[in-house]
Amino acid sequence: MERNSRMGGRFRNWIAAAVVALGALSPAGAGAQALLNVSYDPTRELYEAINKAFVADWKAKTGQTITVNQAHGGSGAQARAVIDGLEADVVTLALAYDLDVIAARGLFPADWQKRLPQNSTPYTSTIVFLVKKGNPKAIKDWGDLTRAGVQVITPNPKTSGGARWNYLAAWAWALKQPGGTEAKAKAFVQALYKNVPVLDTGARGSTVTFAQRGLGDVLLAWENEAFLALDEFGKDKFDIVVPSFSILAEPPVALVDKNVDKHKTRVLAEAYLNFLYTPAAQKIIASKHYRPRDTAAANPADLALLPKLDLIAIDDPVFGGWAKAQATHFADGGVFDQIYAGAR
Amino acid sequence: MFALRRPSVLPGFGPTLGFALFYLSLIVLIPLAGLFFKSAELGWEGFVRAVSTPRVLASFRLTFGAAFLAALLNAFVGFLVAWVLTRYRFPGRRVIDGLVDLPFALPTAVAGIALATLYAPNGWIGSILDKVGIKVAYTPAGVWVALVFISLPFVVRTIQPVLQDLEPEIEEASASLGARRWQTWLYVIIPVLLPAMITGFSLAFARALGEYGSVIFIAGNLPFRSEIVPLLIFVQLEQYNYAGAAAIATVMLMASFILLLIINVLQRWTARRHGAD
Amino acid sequence: MGQATPRLLRPPPPTTEPFAVKWALIGTAVLFMLLFLVMPLAAVLSEAFSRGIGTYWAAITDPYTLKSVRLTLLVAAISVPLNVAFGMTAAWAIAKFEFVGKSVLITLIDLPFSVSPVIAGLIYVLMFGAQGWIGPWLIDHDIRIVFAVPGLIVATTFVTFPFVAREMIPLMQDQGTDEEEAAILLGASGWQTFWRVTLPNAKWALLYGVLLCNARAMGEFGAVAVVSGHVRGVTTTMPLQIEMLYNEYKFAASFAVASLLALLAVVTLVVKATLEWRFGEELAAVHRAPGGKV
Repeated sequence: MERNSRMGGRFRNWIAAAVVALGALSPAGAGAQALLNVSYDPTRELYEAINKAFVADWKAKTGQTITVNQAHGGSGAQARAVIDGLEADVVTLALAYDLDVIAARGLFPADWQKRLPQNSTPYTSTIVFLVKKGNPKAIKDWGDLTRAGVQVITPNPKTSGGARWNYLAAWAWALKQPGGTEAKAKAFVQALYKNVPVLDTGARGSTVTFAQRGLGDVLLAWENEAFLALDEFGKDKFDIVVPSFSILAEPPVALVDKNVDKHKTRVLAEAYLNFLYTPAAQKIIASKHYRPRDTAAANPADLALLPKLDLIAIDDPVFGGWAKAQATHFADGGVFDQIYAGAR
Repeated sequence: MFALRRPSVLPGFGPTLGFALFYLSLIVLIPLAGLFFKSAELGWEGFVRAVSTPRVLASFRLTFGAAFLAALLNAFVGFLVAWVLTRYRFPGRRVIDGLVDLPFALPTAVAGIALATLYAPNGWIGSILDKVGIKVAYTPAGVWVALVFISLPFVVRTIQPVLQDLEPEIEEASASLGARRWQTWLYVIIPVLLPAMITGFSLAFARALGEYGSVIFIAGNLPFRSEIVPLLIFVQLEQYNYAGAAAIATVMLMASFILLLIINVLQRWTARRHGAD
Repeated sequence: MGQATPRLLRPPPPTTEPFAVKWALIGTAVLFMLLFLVMPLAAVLSEAFSRGIGTYWAAITDPYTLKSVRLTLLVAAISVPLNVAFGMTAAWAIAKFEFVGKSVLITLIDLPFSVSPVIAGLIYVLMFGAQGWIGPWLIDHDIRIVFAVPGLIVATTFVTFPFVAREMIPLMQDQGTDEEEAAILLGASGWQTFWRVTLPNAKWALLYGVLLCNARAMGEFGAVAVVSGHVRGVTTTMPLQIEMLYNEYKFAASFAVASLLALLAVVTLVVKATLEWRFGEELAAVHRAPGGKV
């Protein structure tokens, strides 16, 4: 009997703990406005800094204290979460294709890319190479990636937005070579992926594989990720190699109309997205090694790190926009599947 | 009337079974049924096409193969660990006993990262193996290592209680009748433990089939080579192809269900035979 | 047994292995455990403390980490009791009665063991997501399940579903129904019989099931990742916080949080060992109880 009552006591404690935990969890200051920005992996550090600046700016202008919540993950997974009901006020993802898919489900209009300046991309980036210090394998350009004995680290384009930019940059480079044809480009990317020993599911996973596990000779990475890797893992360990030619990666942003109307946060969310284009935000963007649209306010030292190079956009006829590129290359049975099926 | 259950003086069959079925339906059956409906959107032909591409078949082979080998190793090593823990006294026994549950508590992603750290060419174990030319991380062997890790507790924890219940009197009787120790093993101990070993093996196998978190960090994830089925489900989702993902998931689910059903029937059958002895 | 033989000539007792074999077995088992369990644990700890105790402390007292700890405790505090209630009722129905379809029922209870966590998350998104079957209705009524705390609880409940039932059913089956039948015939109510007869006999299995269920509930990653939405500080449980820190290259911090979960396994061990030590006699008595397996 005594044992039973002891058990009951323990049970009561559990319930008490649960109630306490529930109380602690209920959102603090439910009256305050909050925004949810659903973003992709590499922008963690960027939006941490921008959110801080925006909150201060908003406080100075209106006297209101607001919070900006962040969610990060693979670009496709994040888009799916928004489609399935994650109530993002704004989305800031890796590629326009993911936003097109959200628009197709009616969360915002299909012409979303025209609603903000510069294709709704307040910053751009490109794809560069990260190699071991001193570049022991002498990797200079895309052509070196298919050499025998060179191991290339890049994530799986099927699961990673960044990996799709990597793949398309390689494809476009091969097409641009003298006498380049689609067949030759396909052979080139096939040879490239033959040198890939690990296909991580995301860009961050690949960086860890290369920088932390010491696998591979070259990492194909977002420019900003390459600089971040230098900062995090040591400038004495790695070098950045800028190829002769690369792709203009445009990570777009959009307001999710359906959710801001529900949350009554449209004014705030619009202000947030417009803030991204202000000199203050553009300066932060440059300091995090993204390419700002407006270089006027940026720190010249930050800009000096971003060399000029020949860039191709996704709307170039070579690709014909995201919808076509996705269907041709990354859909089931597309070119990416073919190069693996053929290599078997 | 045809009796669906044997009469008993004990009360509460209706309410308890009712609640159990209700809860089971709510948490497990209805959501899983949803999976079937989703994959049915493809139609029969589309379903077959979705689950029989060479790439999907290659990953089925890898997943089932690696899970089988991991469960097989665990059936033997898990038995050994359970035996040593219940029968022998040695320093550190309790610590080892507790560590058996570690794979339950450690998030699978952490397990994957820790294993990748260990078995990568620059890791503690990987660097030694690298010298003799063995690569584990980022190969199919890496998949196997991760599956051995996550499925070990199932075997040990299934065999342990049976071993604890195994009365030493039986072994004494066997010995006093003149059996050598190996004969006692072969004819007395192993037959009693076999059902538990098979159950443990199957639970480990079933668990290993579905594992995702720990494997992707150490597998390499190359199509046709080191790509597991749950990853393919994930890839389908990335393409917003929910029905395709559901189709692959349905095949996995059916395989697990049939496997587990065979074991449970087998186990009840041996238990009844055991009881009738 | 009879007269003493000189010590050296005495063969090993007939119910154990020769000395060398015994220690070879122990050695193999311990080596395996070292290789497959201790080394990963050591790797976690060494990474956790690689930047010193200061970083470790800062990592586990970070406000977001504390929020994730609180959320993890909340999720476990709801899903574990639910599964305990289910485990006890299911065990009573299955272990104490004979009925048609029992094997199928047990198999269905086992099923969540083998369902891939990705699938486990997916099924709830298919049900409760905005594009799902009841999702639109839920959204109209402003009820949020996926990408909110209820989704985390449901997914965790699914993944830990079999543990308590799986521990209790075999033991209660082994114990048979004689004691309960005697209690009923002596006039006890069903409720009394369960609390006074069945539960005391099965409390070890129950406890063990709760410990495993709890450990798994707190450590679950895959299923929770699918339904979480990864909103920092709002829907991130400890395993998700670990992933998040790892993805920010804060390896030491990430492993520090992981070490908290590894600690959970150690606490589980200590609780179990203490109880076995305190109630060891009782435990042995239960195992040998009349009415048990003959």
